[in-house]
Amino acid sequence: MMNYIWAGLIILSFVVSIFTGKIGETATEAMNSAKSAVETSISILGVMCFWMGLMRVAEKAGILEKLSTCMKPVISKLFKGVKRDETRQAILMNITANIFGIGNAATPFGLKAMEEMDKENGRKGVATNDMCLFVVLNTASIQLIPSTLLALRSNYGSQTPYSILPAVWAVSVAAAVLGICAAKLFAKNRK
Amino acid sequence: MAIIGILCVPAMIVGILAYALYRKVKVYDAFMEGAREGMVTLFKIFPALLGLIVSVGMLRASGAFEWIVRLLNPFTSMLGFPSELIPLMLMRPISGSGAMAVITDIFQNYSPDSFVGKCASVMMGSTETTFYTIAIYYGSIGITKIRHTAKAALVADFVGMIGAVVAVHLILQ
Repeated sequence: MMNYIWAGLIILSFVVSIFTGKIGETATEAMNSAKSAVETSISILGVMCFWMGLMRVAEKAGILEKLSTCMKPVISKLFKGVKRDETRQAILMNITANIFGIGNAATPFGLKAMEEMDKENGRKGVATNDMCLFVVLNTASIQLIPSTLLALRSNYGSQTPYSILPAVWAVSVAAAVLGICAAKLFAKNRK
Repeated sequence: MAIIGILCVPAMIVGILAYALYRKVKVYDAFMEGAREGMVTLFKIFPALLGLIVSVGMLRASGAFEWIVRLLNPFTSMLGFPSELIPLMLMRPISGSGAMAVITDIFQNYSPDSFVGKCASVMMGSTETTFYTIAIYYGSIGITKIRHTAKAALVADFVGMIGAVVAVHLILQ
């Protein structure tokens, strides 16, 4: 799908630029943007690495395990169909890794959780209610420190790059809760 | 309210480091390991980022962004939604690097501390690359009938996007 979107965006740009008479600017902008992509990436690298480093310290200190123990009762309530402990553990680790913004760890745990859930799936090839709920939880990003975003904000001259955090947390929790409600509701209607 | 965000960050850094020292973690080694991973991540996403920053820049330069925004403006203004955020709203569920390219564009044209900049930040931080996540997770175990997943995930996205504007109005202005 990305193939069509990417090529489509560029072709659309040139087609529109014929009508707006900005074909020269559009072609120049391609080069300028390529240059600014490098500048942006290099300048956000520092802040991004700093937070990822700090989150690794938190992970090594066992804060993830602590958090996943705290969340266990909630997860057991939400995922009614999950019977085995391995499945529950994979779900918990995926969610805590997401919260800590360790994407590299979250995805493998997430895929493991899907695999485990599929073992308890009676109808192969069809998603279970728990799977739907789990994927919805993964698409609503609850993240303590969105490090790339903070890096971009400070790179473009924000005076207070962190000031948005309370709003980010509030909105992501609201989105996750409503996402869960929607998943539960749709699941009920299908029965 | 914004002060909480500013204060909680130092508190979090001190808290994590102190607790890790107490748990006898080699903090500096762990930090370097994580930071190195940050570099790897950035290098991995760089080609995608480059491709999409170029295409978004071209869309802006050609005037296509203005067309799209003007086209959707009647719907968004009805909801009180800033039309400058439409490109981000369209890109966010599809591609993470694409959304990054769009938000870079927004930060360049408005400041990150402007109303639009703040809304874009909250939107970016509280939503995910929905379609990509769905594709990876279900693709890995060969599930093709995803039932109500996309519907429920889009509910969460919609809440995140509208909620971002509401939250910036309520607690960050």
